[in-house]
Amino acid sequence: MRHVMTAEDLARATRRIAHEIVEGNHGLADVVVLGIPTRGKPFADRVAAALSDIEGVPVAAGSVDIGMYRDDIDTRPKTRIGPTELPEPIDGKVVVLTDDVLFTGRTIRAALDALTDLGRPSAVQLAVVVDRGHRQLPIRADYVGKNIPTSLGERVSVRFEEIDGEDGVWIGTEETT
Amino acid sequence: MRHLLSTEALDRETLTALLDDADEFAEVLTRPQPKVPALRGKTVATMFFEPSTRTRMSFEKAAKALSADTMSFSPGTSSLSKGESLKDTVLTVRAMGVDLMVVRHKATGAPWRIADWLDIPIVNGGDGAHQHPTQALLDCLTIRQHFGTLDGLRIAIVGDIRHSRVARSDIFAMSALGADVTLVGPPTLLPIDPDAWPVDVSHDLDDVLEELDVVYLLRVQTERGGGSVFPSLAEYTTRYGMTTERFRRLKPDAVVLHPGPMNRGVEIGHDVADDERALVLQQVTNGVAARMAVLFALLGGDTDA
Repeated sequence: MRHVMTAEDLARATRRIAHEIVEGNHGLADVVVLGIPTRGKPFADRVAAALSDIEGVPVAAGSVDIGMYRDDIDTRPKTRIGPTELPEPIDGKVVVLTDDVLFTGRTIRAALDALTDLGRPSAVQLAVVVDRGHRQLPIRADYVGKNIPTSLGERVSVRFEEIDGEDGVWIGTEETT
Repeated sequence: MRHLLSTEALDRETLTALLDDADEFAEVLTRPQPKVPALRGKTVATMFFEPSTRTRMSFEKAAKALSADTMSFSPGTSSLSKGESLKDTVLTVRAMGVDLMVVRHKATGAPWRIADWLDIPIVNGGDGAHQHPTQALLDCLTIRQHFGTLDGLRIAIVGDIRHSRVARSDIFAMSALGADVTLVGPPTLLPIDPDAWPVDVSHDLDDVLEELDVVYLLRVQTERGGGSVFPSLAEYTTRYGMTTERFRRLKPDAVVLHPGPMNRGVEIGHDVADDERALVLQQVTNGVAARMAVLFALLGGDTDA
């Protein structure tokens, strides 16, 4: 496993993304941060904490699960359904979706469908820790921690203290993980 | 899990996973648009060889909330009345392109036979006096939402346990989730050999009343008028009914459940049925969420992967 982002790198990238969110939206008045379980949620919490720090106002992060919105249920192993929790109604808000890795774009496609069922945001933006390429849909991230070109056989592992006991990003091949 | 036929074989981990998913589906049902595309393109058939409106409607609502198509079968309007066998009936419906069948039948074991004949998941929607597993799931979901857990709860199931598929399903699910279950009823309504089950037995509701967290009242089958199993409805109410007086003696946070339809004034007092600690309507709402969890578990994902 190759170590490509340390805990400090991850913290710095999170802070930069928070600054970009504040700048891009002229403040936080209408911003709601929603993480995609599992590892988009701790990232959403980190981003929300950094936003609170910068603007001096409390920012709550929620989650939007995509288990009920996948388009490949017949071909992939079953995964558990995660929580969907909105800190406030999203109608008319700017939703910043967060996830750990942006890959094919199919997860984000499913999340956009889920958001459509939950309300009508004025805009949806996407923040990810790692963009590893190989998109299969016309989807891009607005805020990226690190662009990491990968081959399809590689595996990107973003780890968070809350879930994995450590912060950082590693890359391995399928065999070594 | 390939079918859901009985709660007897379900372990704590499987039950907990189903209840966790059911909690998320319960959230879906509160949305302005209570529908998700999870099972788009799948077809669920409700094959009710015994009359039922509540359970059938609940399954159909669950399937539709997951964007599955539904088909329904009623014996009165079918070729069964022309003499078609059970096997030919279900093979015919399967051949129309059905992905899952919910089966209710008055004969114990019928869903198992159908599961042998067909290559699709079967959900037992009630077979004779044997099993009704989705009822147990919705009951456990309702209790868990109220108390946070079933671990260590004292639960009494009161009434006609001998003829109750609800009781047979609840006993195993509640026990597996850590509750202490006591069966309460006259000897004529208790199972012949309750020692085979993970339960205590009492013939006197008043003996255990004040220790209970959950009182689960079974329906008295008034259409049988009591008959040979107890002397009269009035006597049943006197000894086993959840009257207002007994309700007052319960622990302040104890709750009352009932699978419906209720006989007000028989097994449950009029005032008790309307009290906020009677969770009967919450059970009905949770029935849809619990059945969504079951359909999703059996159809949502490649179970062999």
